[in-house]
Amino acid sequence: MTTASPADTAAHESVATPVSTSVTSGASDRWAWGLVAVGIIIPLLGYVVPDIVSDYRLFLMSTMMIYAIAVLGLNLLTGFNGQISLGHGAFYGVGAYTAAILMDKVGMPYWTLLPIVAVVCFVIGFLFGLPALRLEGIYLALATFALALAVPQMLKYRWLEDLTGGVQGIVLLKPEPPFGLPLSEDQWLYYYCLIVMVILYWAAANLLRGRSGRAMMAIRDHSMAASTMGIDVARYKTITFGISAAYTGVAGALSASAIAFVAPDSFGFFLSISLLIGLVVGGVASLAGSVIGGIFTVLVQNSSQSLSNFVKSDLGLPFDLSPYSVYGILLIVLMYVMPTGIAGGVAIAWRRLRR
Amino acid sequence: MEQLIQQVASGLANGAIYACVALALVMIFVSTSHINFAQGEMAMFSTYLSWQLIQWGVGYWPAFVIAVLVSFVGGVLIERTILRPLHTAPILSVVVVFIGLLAVFNSVAGTIWSYLIKEYPSPFPKEALDLAGLIGAHQVGVVIVTLVVLSALYVFFRYTPLGLAMRAAAQNPVSARLAGVRVDSMLALGWGLAAAVGAVAGMMVAHIVYLEPNMMGGILLYAFAGALLGGITNPGGAVLGGFMVGVLENLVAFFGNVIEKQTGVYIIGNGEKLTVALIIVICVLTLKPSGLFGRVVVTRV
Amino acid sequence: MSVTRRSFVGGISASATVLASGSSLAKGKYDFGASDTEIKIGHTNPYSGPASAYGVIGKAIEAYWKAVNDQGGINGRKITFISRDDGYSPPKMVEVVRQLVEQEKVLCLFNTLGTPTNTAIHKYMNARKVPHLFLATGASKWGKPKEFPWTMGWQPDYHTEGVIFARHILANVKDPKIAVLMQNDDYGKDYYEGFREGLGKSVDQIVKHVTYEVTDPTVDSQIIQLKDSGANAFFNITTPKFAAQAIRKAADIGWKPAHYLNNVSASVAAVMKPAGFENGQGIITAQYLKDPTDKQWDNADDMKTWRAWMAKYNPGGNTADGFNIFGYAVAYTMHKTLEQCGDDLTRANVMKQAANLKKLNVPLLLPGITVNTSPTDFYPIQSVSLQRFKGETWELFGDVMSNEGA
Repeated sequence: MTTASPADTAAHESVATPVSTSVTSGASDRWAWGLVAVGIIIPLLGYVVPDIVSDYRLFLMSTMMIYAIAVLGLNLLTGFNGQISLGHGAFYGVGAYTAAILMDKVGMPYWTLLPIVAVVCFVIGFLFGLPALRLEGIYLALATFALALAVPQMLKYRWLEDLTGGVQGIVLLKPEPPFGLPLSEDQWLYYYCLIVMVILYWAAANLLRGRSGRAMMAIRDHSMAASTMGIDVARYKTITFGISAAYTGVAGALSASAIAFVAPDSFGFFLSISLLIGLVVGGVASLAGSVIGGIFTVLVQNSSQSLSNFVKSDLGLPFDLSPYSVYGILLIVLMYVMPTGIAGGVAIAWRRLRR
Repeated sequence: MEQLIQQVASGLANGAIYACVALALVMIFVSTSHINFAQGEMAMFSTYLSWQLIQWGVGYWPAFVIAVLVSFVGGVLIERTILRPLHTAPILSVVVVFIGLLAVFNSVAGTIWSYLIKEYPSPFPKEALDLAGLIGAHQVGVVIVTLVVLSALYVFFRYTPLGLAMRAAAQNPVSARLAGVRVDSMLALGWGLAAAVGAVAGMMVAHIVYLEPNMMGGILLYAFAGALLGGITNPGGAVLGGFMVGVLENLVAFFGNVIEKQTGVYIIGNGEKLTVALIIVICVLTLKPSGLFGRVVVTRV
Repeated sequence: MSVTRRSFVGGISASATVLASGSSLAKGKYDFGASDTEIKIGHTNPYSGPASAYGVIGKAIEAYWKAVNDQGGINGRKITFISRDDGYSPPKMVEVVRQLVEQEKVLCLFNTLGTPTNTAIHKYMNARKVPHLFLATGASKWGKPKEFPWTMGWQPDYHTEGVIFARHILANVKDPKIAVLMQNDDYGKDYYEGFREGLGKSVDQIVKHVTYEVTDPTVDSQIIQLKDSGANAFFNITTPKFAAQAIRKAADIGWKPAHYLNNVSASVAAVMKPAGFENGQGIITAQYLKDPTDKQWDNADDMKTWRAWMAKYNPGGNTADGFNIFGYAVAYTMHKTLEQCGDDLTRANVMKQAANLKKLNVPLLLPGITVNTSPTDFYPIQSVSLQRFKGETWELFGDVMSNEGA
């Protein structure tokens, strides 16, 4: 996968020596591959129980996987490298638009796009990472915040309108199954997302296990100490920014295919916030947490609406609790119960149970 | 030329709003090192409280004072009940809690008072403060109020024992605790002050942008940028930063217009003014990472 | 053995007959989402996020169906109204609409809100052949029965309104120099394109065109730029908050153009009062609905009925909010369409009846404005009345301006 290649060249040993590390984390590896196997089987169940495994549910799971990739991208930067981003929705949008323009204007088939999208987003992320080197903490937060606001503006910019479709956006075609495979569009989309997600997670896991991953985390934990140990802090930070943007951009490109429509309104500031919430609620610096975060991002809105209805009709509260309030309360309570996110919370609970 | 003067004046007027909110952000930052993303919504909520009081027949200034006091208490309560238990939680978790608070305040205000925009009165006499039609009476009033709040805070932090204790608690909690400062109470006090300053800001803003649940949405970003530009650790700097952001944004639009007029080519206009202004702010910050007037923090290893 | 097998087979075929006869014995013809006792309608609205102000419409429509059900439903069938939160986000919209269509199996989708959001599901609804009716957006692309036979708008489209304003300016403002302030999104764009089209050859009369973003705190800076252009006519394409700011700022800096305000902001309580009545005198706007805060309608029958309904079924709602009027009127249109379907509640027939509304008098529409559709006319409301602000209310003037049949 092109997405991981720049990092791989930066630390090729990491990919070459996964054996020793995979021994230590063999159990979780087995879990992960087990889940992948389950993921492959799920759509096939649709032939047995079509009501439960419907096309709609597969689509929902595809969007969860897409968000899981986006959250992973953010996690690489924020969780593993300690650079806060409030604006990853921007890279998601750039990825989606890059894909949309290549499909719509250039006429490229959707499955050739991801490497290009990854490279484009890597370059943009890398370039953004350069000034970001001088910014830390809340200053970086402001810069990324600004980025999240600027990208939708740029999509509407007068001279780019021919390319981006301006405020109207671009309507696309849904990806069709290749080689005449007997799959529905949604089944194929599901597998497509699954394949991409597995590759990207596998690449991220290898990256993190290796030398560059350790360097990234060392910078997060103590950048000055890391630089004294001979780690090229600036290079690692900018490259991490690039990889992170590439991951999130690929997710955006997948979403452009899945939704078959891009518009500036799809990539507003709220998207960036959702990704950040997915990251924190799932679990910072945890690969499994990113998957949970992706699932959470998709589910939370639906569930907050049903919760709101539940509060209104079943609990019979005298006042109206809107879904937005329920969403807010849910976030606060979650952070109360599991300040380190669901992945962290579950790990702690598991350890207590085992004792 | 007339346009330039008007744009600068209008930028200053907007800047006064940003400065006010920036001041509230600084209050929480100096005491807890957090940027409170719910600050704007809290201010909006306080403003609704005062609006409701005015609807019930309370005069403007009594309503103003009550709203500020209630906000102070509310700020302290939020710190005590919601943030205290998250004392040891990672910073990002706290950010998520802020976003949660933002959602709650926003939607509760919408449920109670609806999303229709409401007029909010201005307490300033129209005739006395009008500067040749360049800048409205209310805008002049906002500038004055901002400066008054700023001086009050300055006096508080500089000359009162409580203010000194707060600064000590923020700068070095461990030593402060050893010296007998109740650091926990200081944090709550910081939140209370921030909420109170925010309430003032909200009540000043509401007359200009009209009262509605989303009125602070855009403003918070400007205030954030202004606070960082001026230096988030320095209230005076933050206020100045707020004004600068306001003027800067209008100037970007103005020069965009001039360029278009001179050359006939559209390069930047109103759609891009915020983006360009932010880019300039960020460029300044990369050159002066602690803001124009901020204290440079030396990290000890 | 053989007996059991036969009885088993017989049992299956018997139940199959029961199923088949069940449908032939029923009162009417049905697709998904309708039966002898129920009609399922799908709906989305932003209930969360920055656009949640629009959620008022969803609540009003829900209250409307509750009232209908209390009075026995439509042709004896109760309405099940399923409203989901789309957060004004196109991707979210696709997800919830697929849920409504594929999981909940609704008969039709009704009054989904927003141009980008509806664009995201436009193709999908037509591919699935599910009625996508009476959208809450004024874009002009919802009335194309040839390409999209399953999608229909409702309100007068922004494009037409823009044309009407342009013509009025050309006819009434001497030597016009026009300034335009517009929200930088598809809604603003639609108005602006219509306006330019209406100006025709005189399009050069636009001397200044500026935009604002919804995140801008104020439009003061824009108004200064517009005044500086020396324009004597002003087309104001803004949402209520910014409209009020623009009107007040223009008065503050002493700019007095012939002021044309888009229908989106034609509210007394939400725009003219906050802007200051004295600042808004003479402003011209276009309207098709009655403004609940305009005193001239206080004694109209439909307004009285609406107020009684608000009090009983939507007590939490704000009677100054025009969205409650909108929700009521659009739900009434849906109500009459379904009534007209009789016992043939197939999706095809719903669409057929929606395209067969003849001079339907919908309450709360301005006098002289009716809902008209045909298989080639998918624009239910195409008329507006111009009105001028005087004192504390809008004063209608001139004839109803119609684009009917065009």
